Amino acid sequence: MNIVVCIKQVPDSAQIRVHPVTNTIMRQGVPTIINPYDLFSLEAALALRDKVGGTVTVLTMGPPMAEESLRKALGYGADRAVLLTDRFFAGSDTLATSYALATAIAKLAEEAPIDMVLCGKQTIDGDTAQVGPGIACRLGLNQLTYVTAIDALDAESREVTVQRRSEGGVQLLRTRLPVMVTMLEGSTSIRRGSMPDLLRAARAPITVWNAAAAGIEDVQRCGLRGSPTVVKKVFAPKPRAEKAKLIEVKGRRDGEIAADALAALFAAVPKLEGDLARQTVQA
Amino acid sequence: MANYQAPLRDMRFVLYELNQGADLCKLPGLEDMTPDLFDPVLEEAAKLCEQVLHPLNRSGDEEGCTWENGQVRTPQGFKQAYELFRDGGWTGLACAPEFGGQGMPQMINTLVSEMICATNLSFGMYPGLSHGAYTALYAHASDDLKAAYLPKLVDGTWSGTMCLTEPHCGTDLGLCRTKAVPQADGSYKITGTKIFISAGEHDLTENIIHLVLARLPDAPKGIKGISLFLVPKFLPDAQGNPGPRNGAACGSIEHKMGIKASATCVMNFDEATGWLVGEAGKGMRAMFTMMNEERLAVGVQGLGLAEASYQGAVAYARDRLQGRSLSGVKAPDKAADPIIHHPDVRRMLLTIRATTEGCRALAAWVANRLDVAEHSVEPQEKRDAEDFVAVMTPIVKALMTDLAFEAANHGMQVFGGHGFIREHGMEQLVRDCRIAQIYEGANGIQALDLVGRKMPAHAGRYLRAFFHPVGDFIAAHVEDDELGPFVQPLAKAFVRLQQATGQIARVGLAKPEEAAAAATDYLRLFGLVALAYQWARMAQIALPKADADPFYRAKLGTARFFMERMLPQTGGLFSALMAGGGSLMDFPEEAF
Repeated sequence: MNIVVCIKQVPDSAQIRVHPVTNTIMRQGVPTIINPYDLFSLEAALALRDKVGGTVTVLTMGPPMAEESLRKALGYGADRAVLLTDRFFAGSDTLATSYALATAIAKLAEEAPIDMVLCGKQTIDGDTAQVGPGIACRLGLNQLTYVTAIDALDAESREVTVQRRSEGGVQLLRTRLPVMVTMLEGSTSIRRGSMPDLLRAARAPITVWNAAAAGIEDVQRCGLRGSPTVVKKVFAPKPRAEKAKLIEVKGRRDGEIAADALAALFAAVPKLEGDLARQTVQA
Repeated sequence: MANYQAPLRDMRFVLYELNQGADLCKLPGLEDMTPDLFDPVLEEAAKLCEQVLHPLNRSGDEEGCTWENGQVRTPQGFKQAYELFRDGGWTGLACAPEFGGQGMPQMINTLVSEMICATNLSFGMYPGLSHGAYTALYAHASDDLKAAYLPKLVDGTWSGTMCLTEPHCGTDLGLCRTKAVPQADGSYKITGTKIFISAGEHDLTENIIHLVLARLPDAPKGIKGISLFLVPKFLPDAQGNPGPRNGAACGSIEHKMGIKASATCVMNFDEATGWLVGEAGKGMRAMFTMMNEERLAVGVQGLGLAEASYQGAVAYARDRLQGRSLSGVKAPDKAADPIIHHPDVRRMLLTIRATTEGCRALAAWVANRLDVAEHSVEPQEKRDAEDFVAVMTPIVKALMTDLAFEAANHGMQVFGGHGFIREHGMEQLVRDCRIAQIYEGANGIQALDLVGRKMPAHAGRYLRAFFHPVGDFIAAHVEDDELGPFVQPLAKAFVRLQQATGQIARVGLAKPEEAAAAATDYLRLFGLVALAYQWARMAQIALPKADADPFYRAKLGTARFFMERMLPQTGGLFSALMAGGGSLMDFPEEAF
């Protein structure tokens, strides 16, 4: 099994602050992390490799400093890391990004066929969920999105079975390799790095490809020039007019607390009790 | 149980800003050791400690170890945790690469050890003892013994112990009675009883390697007749795997105040097969090779527990509402103010904090010099570092464990009655910390080591390794506008230390008992000056950065607290020790 895991270095959104006056995002001093969804796909890839053998290659596109996130992935046990970095890539939207990544994966496949490409469901800075499917379309891979677990892999028939989260349930899906899978948060979190892997990761050579090395012939399809998406406006959502109110009640037993809380709620919103009663009758 | 997050920000400060950890790679043998290795190692160690070791701390304390028919069972979860620890390669963190170790410097080892001790000291005892055995074997064992035992001690499939104490001899090991009788094949038969043997028997590893102090038949009396032997629980077969059972058995385990998940064993050796480590009659010397590292490690145990106590106490002090602030209501929407607004609670929190951050800096400083002592090839540089480590070893051991116990006690006090009950884990930190003041040389013995051995050695040469850099720093900065207020209290305490040193040196020459009577107060005085020097240096680094970064502002605030509210203790210590030992020794024995 040769697996490619696409990862992205993103600002740690938990630590991003919005400027109170200008409403712009203050990125300064915000540490970067590997996109959390990508870690679920990395763990899934490592677990598969540990089970059936093969290699896990992590691939990212970004500025030279994205090397840091690749080393982190190597520290978790990935076998190889490839960094796509070139000034032509700057400003890529999802169309240009999936083009560049797909081309690089095709380049990797020249060395050895790729059985599976794993991506996170979406990144926490872009939130589009388009890059994984974009890669699959370009490479002609079967695609499985919103996957929470890879249940089985049959090496003989080259079939993979996964759990896919859908509205109101879980789908069990089976398809043939090669396949592109995007992962949701699932039952497994990323493993802890072992000392030998951590030390290897710090020193491992990273394959660095510019556009030409990645096999990209048409740089017009990369970066800003290859990105039809236009950002019209960035704005902070309007805060809601009313603030939430806290209702405090004193009671000893759960039932008492609930009854008191309801009484206080109906007192505070006089229309509510009637509305609820009407809805119940209609239902 | 209180939450714990490894203080990585402060660790990086101590490693890179205070101690130039980025320069470690300039030492021969440490060329590969650069920050790009240290950061991920510290981060992953933090995760392992927070996620795996910490959740087992309280359950391990409640359950303890169980002895049955010579077998010891560790508490639930310890075996799985040890497997994760071992498989992650953490047992070999500071071991030589030639035996499969990671070759990390002592500075990194010290920081990782702190996290382990903060989250689960009992657990840390098992790999800790293995590392002690590794160090002694690495320095003194024959190549054959090293090849047979070190790789498995390093990769953690086997563990180690140090068997020194016997029922009638602890501090005075010259009284040791365990016998070693030479055999025709070059091995020895070891017979005797050892007590208080940490990790002497357990279910974490497939074999246990005991290092045993024993006496050859023709050996002279006292300390010069003692040799060191390697005695495995299972004798290795031709392939090096555990073979037949050796005559080393665990007779019982102790029921203790703390570190209950660490098995403290009575070990009976009955004609057990062993091999000599190093030269006959040089057993104590072999032991002392690892003493510097081990005593630093025990000091760091205290530090870890104090840090855990601090984190618990701060969280509680922010949360607990009692009484109103004396300077006016702070939380008008609540029934009372959080107790963090009360001066006495702040006194306790800042005492713990000044202790942990100061001791972390001190431990890293000594570990750094230990790295230089171990790796430098320049004779003068190496000797200076060795001198410094020699004088600081008893200080870090005794000062850090004494202060840590006080700190853990403060942390419990912040919780009031909720600290005394078990639920929050604060009393466990106090209990677990208590042993650190006793084992690896009781703190009173450390003080005697300081005044009796380290102070007079080479006409005070060891002391100069500390006095010169501190004196130079004071001279250079005492008049600085901004830094001066942090250096002047240090200068005052430093004068007291110099006077006390002169007094003890003078009086002690004629009357050793006088020096012994002053020893504990002197060690504390010395230690507080060493902390003050660290705090002044930390303030020096923090001053230009304090406006922009709250981390450095807090550093300055804690430095100020230490200088104003903790360092003045040196005045009382100075008066006490200058009063001499008369009040102790004139008191008639029968009046006790």
